[in-house]
Amino acid sequence: MSSSVEPRGWAKAALHVNGWFVYLFFYAPIVLLVLFSFSESRNVGKWGGFTFDWYQQFFDSNNARGALSNSVKIALVVTLISVILGTMAALALERFTFRGKQVFDALLYLPIIIPDVTMAVMLLLFFGQFYDVIEAVFGIQMRKGFGSISISHIAFNISFVSVVVRARLAGMSTDLEEAAVDLYASRWKAFRYVTFPQILPGIAGGALLAMTLSLDDVVITQFVSGPGWTTLPVYVFGLIRKGVTPLINAISVIMLLASMLLVVLSLLAQRSRRTG
Amino acid sequence: MRKKSDTLPHGSEATPEFEKAAQRKESRRGFLLAFPSYLYLVIFFVIPLAIVLVYSFATRNRFGGTDLSGWNLESYEKIAEPIVRTILFRSLWLAFLTTIICLVIAYPFAYFLSTRRPSIRNVMLVFVMIPFWTNFLVRNYAWRVILGNDGPFTNVTEFLGLGTNELLFSQKAVVLGLVYGYLPFMILPLYAAIERIDGRLIEASRDLYGSGWQSFRHVLLPLSMPGVIAGSILVFVPSLGAYVTPEILGGAKTTLLGSYIVTQFLTARNWPFGAALSFVLMTVMLVTTIIYFRKGGRTL
Repeated sequence: MSSSVEPRGWAKAALHVNGWFVYLFFYAPIVLLVLFSFSESRNVGKWGGFTFDWYQQFFDSNNARGALSNSVKIALVVTLISVILGTMAALALERFTFRGKQVFDALLYLPIIIPDVTMAVMLLLFFGQFYDVIEAVFGIQMRKGFGSISISHIAFNISFVSVVVRARLAGMSTDLEEAAVDLYASRWKAFRYVTFPQILPGIAGGALLAMTLSLDDVVITQFVSGPGWTTLPVYVFGLIRKGVTPLINAISVIMLLASMLLVVLSLLAQRSRRTG
Repeated sequence: MRKKSDTLPHGSEATPEFEKAAQRKESRRGFLLAFPSYLYLVIFFVIPLAIVLVYSFATRNRFGGTDLSGWNLESYEKIAEPIVRTILFRSLWLAFLTTIICLVIAYPFAYFLSTRRPSIRNVMLVFVMIPFWTNFLVRNYAWRVILGNDGPFTNVTEFLGLGTNELLFSQKAVVLGLVYGYLPFMILPLYAAIERIDGRLIEASRDLYGSGWQSFRHVLLPLSMPGVIAGSILVFVPSLGAYVTPEILGGAKTTLLGSYIVTQFLTARNWPFGAALSFVLMTVMLVTTIIYFRKGGRTL
């Protein structure tokens, strides 16, 4: 669209006001939250002088720090595995025809459109049975925690990664790959030196999305985490339900910073997608 | 797009047998690439889904456990009970309301965005992307702080002489939280749809003496319909299954389907009923999405 079709008069003014309103709506709550995280007042929504106490309290709390390190560990493992599986799935769907392709394509979309709560219930019931089976067959007793949370996060992240990588593959001409193969490159070499560098921004974008979704998930994680082993968002969610405290403000801002860092990185990945 | 199998292996004549063999090899390669994810999703997605279905036909025993023998439809019949129906209709209504409010705010915004100069537009888009990527729990919690006792919002209403606000823990607060959470999901597909429209079509309609409203109603709106539908689904679907928002901003009278399902598992311990409800919720989502894809819009 071009700017020549911008309406004039009151309609134009209304559009501008609405535009500012949207940004105010998006950012005012975030700014206020950051502000209150430095407030001395015990009341979470009141200004009472500047302090770092609540951040200090966070770093002094073993539970909170433990939950943060759990979150990071899970996010790293989940991202690595989802990126490998998701990229392979994307390549299979965009560059090959094989039996069962359509079923696979549909199956891959399901974890994206299924409601969080349903997926949480599915995995809760599944791990109840799965761990029983493992114990009966291998005699190993397993408890919910790192394993069950990672498995669950990967189950939805494969789909998100493959969607992002597929978008990149679909917008790419196959000419270069074909030229490489014509020049006697093996299929592996053609992938390694031609396809892979071109889809790298897509893979990076998928990895950042997977990491964000893993770090943010509350509902599914809450259902598959075990006693004493949980992630930061689930820990915070538990705290909020007990009552709001300034400590939650501080943890929220730390989570906010992590999100922002990932956005910046993903925007950089997008930029190299355009120029690269 | 050309498939890899179109290219011939080196140094070979295009004999039919060779081509067939090459095709088989390609097909095997594709399958091997897909196989790990396929297997993973079957074990950790399809089987769990089947287990939910089995549980939904099971019976809850007196101790809150689940009897997997003796299948029946009790859990599905329970959905028709008045209390459950109230929650179901409330969820549908609030999800609908959220979708409409998002649409009303996002449509003019997306239009506004698409008429900006490209340099400004990119910056504006980045600032829509940031909330899109920001932790959902934290963003809802921010409203809890703002609407809370003695919070900034109360200060404003008291300053304006409107008294203390009673917004927190009401349905209005839940809708506010949902709109805040899902507005980017409406803006982005709408923008993608409107940006693609040829602005000359609107100029033409104005040249032909169409009023602003007529240009909107007969040119802009029909052309941007794929975006409207995509955005509406992206907002409606998660709103219907919302759990975090009503839990943080809602109160006792704002139980929605998502929270109600969780209650069945964590407190009421009626797993078969919870399973039946999640299955119904999933079916609603699937049907909505399939209708969308059938209508030919694939512009998510």
